[in-house]
Amino acid sequence: MAKILMKGNEAVAEAAIRSGCRLYFAYPITPQSELIEYMARMMPKVNGTFLQAESEVSAINMVYGAAGCGKRVMTSSSSPGISLKMEGISYIAGAELPCVIVNVQRGGPGLGDIQPAQGDYFQATKGGGHGDYRLIVMAPSSVQEFADMASEAFDLADKYRNPVMILADGMLGQMMEPVEFKPSRSDEEIAEMWRQHESWCVCPNEDGDKKHHHEINSLEIDPQVLEKHVNDLYQKYGVIEKNEVRYEEFNVSDDNEILCVAWGTASRIVKSAINELKAAGKSVGLIRPINVWPYPYEAVAKAIGPKVKKVYVFELNTGQMLDDVKIAVNGKVPVDFWGKVGGIVFTPAEIQAKLEECF
Amino acid sequence: MEKIAYRPETLTKTPFTYCPGCLHGVAHRLIAEAVDEQGLVNQMTGVAPVGCSVFAYKFFNFDMAQAAHGRAPAVATGMKRARPDMHVFTYQGDGDLAAIGTAEIVHAANRGEHISVFFVNNAIYGMTGGQMAPTTLPEMKTTTSPYGRKTDDIGFPIRVSELLATLIAPYYIERVSLLSPADILKAKKAVSKAIQYNKEGRGFTFVEFISTCPTNWGIDPLKSREWAKENMLPFFKLGCLRDKGEGVE
Repeated sequence: MAKILMKGNEAVAEAAIRSGCRLYFAYPITPQSELIEYMARMMPKVNGTFLQAESEVSAINMVYGAAGCGKRVMTSSSSPGISLKMEGISYIAGAELPCVIVNVQRGGPGLGDIQPAQGDYFQATKGGGHGDYRLIVMAPSSVQEFADMASEAFDLADKYRNPVMILADGMLGQMMEPVEFKPSRSDEEIAEMWRQHESWCVCPNEDGDKKHHHEINSLEIDPQVLEKHVNDLYQKYGVIEKNEVRYEEFNVSDDNEILCVAWGTASRIVKSAINELKAAGKSVGLIRPINVWPYPYEAVAKAIGPKVKKVYVFELNTGQMLDDVKIAVNGKVPVDFWGKVGGIVFTPAEIQAKLEECF
Repeated sequence: MEKIAYRPETLTKTPFTYCPGCLHGVAHRLIAEAVDEQGLVNQMTGVAPVGCSVFAYKFFNFDMAQAAHGRAPAVATGMKRARPDMHVFTYQGDGDLAAIGTAEIVHAANRGEHISVFFVNNAIYGMTGGQMAPTTLPEMKTTTSPYGRKTDDIGFPIRVSELLATLIAPYYIERVSLLSPADILKAKKAVSKAIQYNKEGRGFTFVEFISTCPTNWGIDPLKSREWAKENMLPFFKLGCLRDKGEGVE
């Protein structure tokens, strides 16, 4: 299939539909509006459900209901709207339901602004909602990757019966890049994916005999039962931590004098700066976490070469992934941080200048 | 010998967790009987709320979901849209539906969502220990209105059925009571009608039950029914507010 020039917001929507998403519930918010509008146009063409909910709170609870029926379902929003969804996300994690949530991040806190930012890292990777739970969190850095992650996210959600968040930002949502889509899954394949959930989901008894009483639930009033449930969840998260670490190494070598760590939009800008420095004979490597939970702690630690004087973290926030990098580095070398906030995106020249100060 | 009293098939054997004299059990039974009579056990699914009936998902013998506080109509929407071949209802109390879940119920009704909503109004929060509800009567004492509900401070009780009847989409809205055997028979008819309309795909159906809370009202079960008749029914008038099937608009 030929490449098409598309906005990230539309590309992720198209890819979700192709991967078998047939229900989508959301509420309009900038800078993700192209996503909800694309779904409004395209879902009816595949006999899917598009519903504009009365609030983000309702949208995520509609997702809870549809996911409880074992269907591929998605919602999307931007930072303030994701905060509203956090109640439902906690319930979805507690009830172990598969779904995909897209966050096209904007500047915060509060109403903030509508420019790209990475200020929701803590919320996405460290909780956000109440209770002991984890989301699988994927962080794209191009429109192509944003689109590819839609089907990967659904596959992971189904595999682990866990909500998966795609943590993008206003830059990735709004910019256009060439994107190539995988072929659409057939109706038969989609029906087969749904059938895989019939052992636990809400579904009719097809042949008329009452055989099951399935409960979609996160309530365990007996402390011993809840303790076991939470421990079981943590065992599952342990398996995810073992299997689903994903990262990219860029220009990592024993010659590196600086090792950078950056994710999403920020990582693209850092790559440009690294290329400029390379041309000037200065060796800088980059670790880009592709999944930010589970986090590639070992990869960051291993990438610290013999000549590395400093690990440098660049983010479009005040230093949130920085905490994870410090855990990974564990005092081996100094860790420095520089970021921009307010929806202002740093330039390659600014990053280059910061890195040159280290040589 | 003909068996005339038995447990409906669509109730599980799990004992109810309600206080002695509570009418939730009656409301559950009416729903279960209607589902049995219409042969819907294999296609029925329900959504339990947060409140005294939070464990309703254990009591009905079909697939059930438990929802966050007030969100049952949104959860039911997601379920009905995902499985149009199933019949979906929510079961909610007055705090759940008329306070924290106001947006969800109004918009599910306004969409004409093809679900049934069973709303139990006893003018108080039960599960959390007797706090003021949106339907608490003027001057009624609760643990959070210890000097009585002051309408100039916190407003008047919400008449949810009348509120929803201002919307165009709902197909059927009726307020019934569980306060006497005669009223329970009328309530049964309303429940059966709501479920039948649901089965026939007619649209949004809503039944409000006027009920009691002997424990948190501090009135014994029989007297609490009399109290409700004297105090609740003048404010929450029984009757059908909408029945498009019978030409009541």
